Amino acid sequence: MKVRTLRFLLRKEFLQILRDRTILGMLIFMPLIQLLVLANAVTFEVRSASMYVIDRDHSSASRDVVTRLTGSGRFVPAGSSATTREADDAMLERRADMILVIPANFERDLVRDRHAPVQLIFNAENGAAAGVMTSYANAILASSANEFGARINPTPVARLSSDGSLVPVPGHPSIDLQRRGWYNVELDYRQYMVPGILVVLVTIVGTLLTAMNIVREKEAGTLDQLNVTPIDRSTFIAAKLIPLWTFAMADLIMGLIVARFVFGVPMLGSLTLIFFAATIYMIGALGIGLWISTVAETQQQAMFVTFSLLMIYLLMSGLFTPIRAMPTWAQWTTQINPIAHFVALMRSVLLKGATMRDVAQHLLALTGISAAVLGIAVRKYQKRSG
Amino acid sequence: MMESRRSALRAFVVKEMRHIMRDRQTLTILLLLPMVMVVLFGFALRDDINQVRVAVVDPAPDYATTALRSRFAGNPRFEIVGTARTIDGVESLFRRGGADLALVFSPGFARSLGDGTPARLLLIGDASNPNTGSAMTAYATAVIASYEAELGAVGRRVRIVPELRMRFNPTLESVNLFVPGLIALVLTLVTALMTAISLSREKERGTLEILLVSPLRPWQIILGKVVPYLLLAVANVVTALLAAWIVFHVPFRGSLTLLLVSSILYSLVGLSLGVLVAAVTSSQRAAMLAAVVGTMLPSTLLSGLIFPIASLPGWLRIVTFVVPARWFIVIARGIMLEGVGVRYLWRELAVLTVMLVVLLVAAVRRFKPRLA
Repeated sequence: MKVRTLRFLLRKEFLQILRDRTILGMLIFMPLIQLLVLANAVTFEVRSASMYVIDRDHSSASRDVVTRLTGSGRFVPAGSSATTREADDAMLERRADMILVIPANFERDLVRDRHAPVQLIFNAENGAAAGVMTSYANAILASSANEFGARINPTPVARLSSDGSLVPVPGHPSIDLQRRGWYNVELDYRQYMVPGILVVLVTIVGTLLTAMNIVREKEAGTLDQLNVTPIDRSTFIAAKLIPLWTFAMADLIMGLIVARFVFGVPMLGSLTLIFFAATIYMIGALGIGLWISTVAETQQQAMFVTFSLLMIYLLMSGLFTPIRAMPTWAQWTTQINPIAHFVALMRSVLLKGATMRDVAQHLLALTGISAAVLGIAVRKYQKRSG
Repeated sequence: MMESRRSALRAFVVKEMRHIMRDRQTLTILLLLPMVMVVLFGFALRDDINQVRVAVVDPAPDYATTALRSRFAGNPRFEIVGTARTIDGVESLFRRGGADLALVFSPGFARSLGDGTPARLLLIGDASNPNTGSAMTAYATAVIASYEAELGAVGRRVRIVPELRMRFNPTLESVNLFVPGLIALVLTLVTALMTAISLSREKERGTLEILLVSPLRPWQIILGKVVPYLLLAVANVVTALLAAWIVFHVPFRGSLTLLLVSSILYSLVGLSLGVLVAAVTSSQRAAMLAAVVGTMLPSTLLSGLIFPIASLPGWLRIVTFVVPARWFIVIARGIMLEGVGVRYLWRELAVLTVMLVVLLVAAVRRFKPRLA
């Protein structure tokens, strides 16, 4: 490798990138837009469902159930009728996510038998959302039943103590359960997603631009010209990778600033550790781009291969859905997925303040993967016209 | 004259087909991608953690703490990863990602239960992921509540018994939700993205100018470019449906014809978008950037494909109205899962038709037969 040659080549690469408006857009605006949109869009959180009511009882108990459900804000009224047909229509027209059916004699059964059924019909296409809404409904129905029970048959479970607080009547064993959520007290989903999204951004920039950059020279024929010069392989590759690595790291810094000041991501751990890990990770990400550029002949192909690969890697990285919810074979594949390791590392360090020792396993895996990928890519890269 | 133009168009379509068929690599990916994605979405994308790892901190074990611990140990959803006397090690365990929950007993747990004072118990969850964090805490709370209920002489409480009916997806399979959306994504990829790049490539290479001086009219050039991708799109819909049906038994309750017609309508919208993108951009890379930002990202993120539209903040929800995939996904889900027909889907179909007309007019206008 000749340092002088490398310097000239680097100058050329930097000039070429900075001159191209499109590339600059890809480097600056695409990551920013992605970060802002993704951070807000990527959430499974279900806040409310629209509810259609069929009340066949028209009693104070049935009205109480409806009022409690809608009063919680979780169930937005979407109409009511006496017939199933209209409710069905509402669901099929997507005006209602669920139908609540209160059968006749609901109140009478509650008083006489101490239990009475209601029917909850969900549009369960989105199974996860239906599950969440079910648990909300269950909790509200249980509290409604308790209150009703207390009204018709009051039994003391607590008495008022001298300082005004409620004290359970002795003899009733009870557990005072306190719950704490560590690391994300406000349960802000964006704080969890933003570190992961940063990984996506730098990966797309690094991998895609590397692949496209070299294939573009192939398409334009300038690669052949470079191949007949005395520049050796490693100098050429270094000249191609260093500028893109620099820009990817710049994107990471930009992203971290936005994460800190726009989304309030805590950043408990060491930023040096983040940059150290990012350096290793980016070598692998750029290596994949280099590898793609050796097999792709056109920019269209390069882009398409990159997107398909990244999409699979991303979906299997634990970024959107937890790795431990995957089947075992899929969990194993995440071990060789650099995105999975880097996402886990970013989250641990930024949100939990993990130290080098805590994330050693991810760092080692990243080093291994990056070395392997770069090795293969450099080996596959032949200095000849394709 | 008319006759020769028509045969010229046919020859042009054949030429374009050959272009696509010759690029084996892209073609393979295009045909395999829908199947791979159906499998990934079906097997791997789940949000429900079935193995919750619990760390127990029990400073003074007694019969009550042992009983509650064995409840957790015996529950298949939980796995006890460690028991300690003090809380010191818990934090580093959480940081390493070694545990999801910590169950912290206070000393004298059994005694408190016996004399009726509340027995204190602390449940710490790793809430860095708020969704799974709250879900896991809720599972554990249920175990504790059932233990508490058994301890106390809980009398004949009044209960409202909810009967649940999960319509359209009784087993709550996430794959059922994803497959219709996946079709939208694949169609967007094949139509909008591929057309944009392929057209702008001809622009960049100068071969488009050769086409422009040929006797073909501009609309014929566009048509010739578009028809092969349309065929590919239909093939993709069929393979995705087959993969979904064979591997996951995803139901198909409605009319296949209606789905294919809607897919073609949606593909035409995508193709017009692709042509428009190619017309307004000057290089392949610019076209690609515009196509990715303008079509792929919204189709994935702002369409309800993975993340429900109802969860989006208000301003983003308004943006989704101009995303064609959002409307197509409603149609595809309606046909496949609910088995409804035009009666319930005419609004979405109308929106797509309007989009098609607007985009088509814009695309043909911008695509001028002119040398740059």
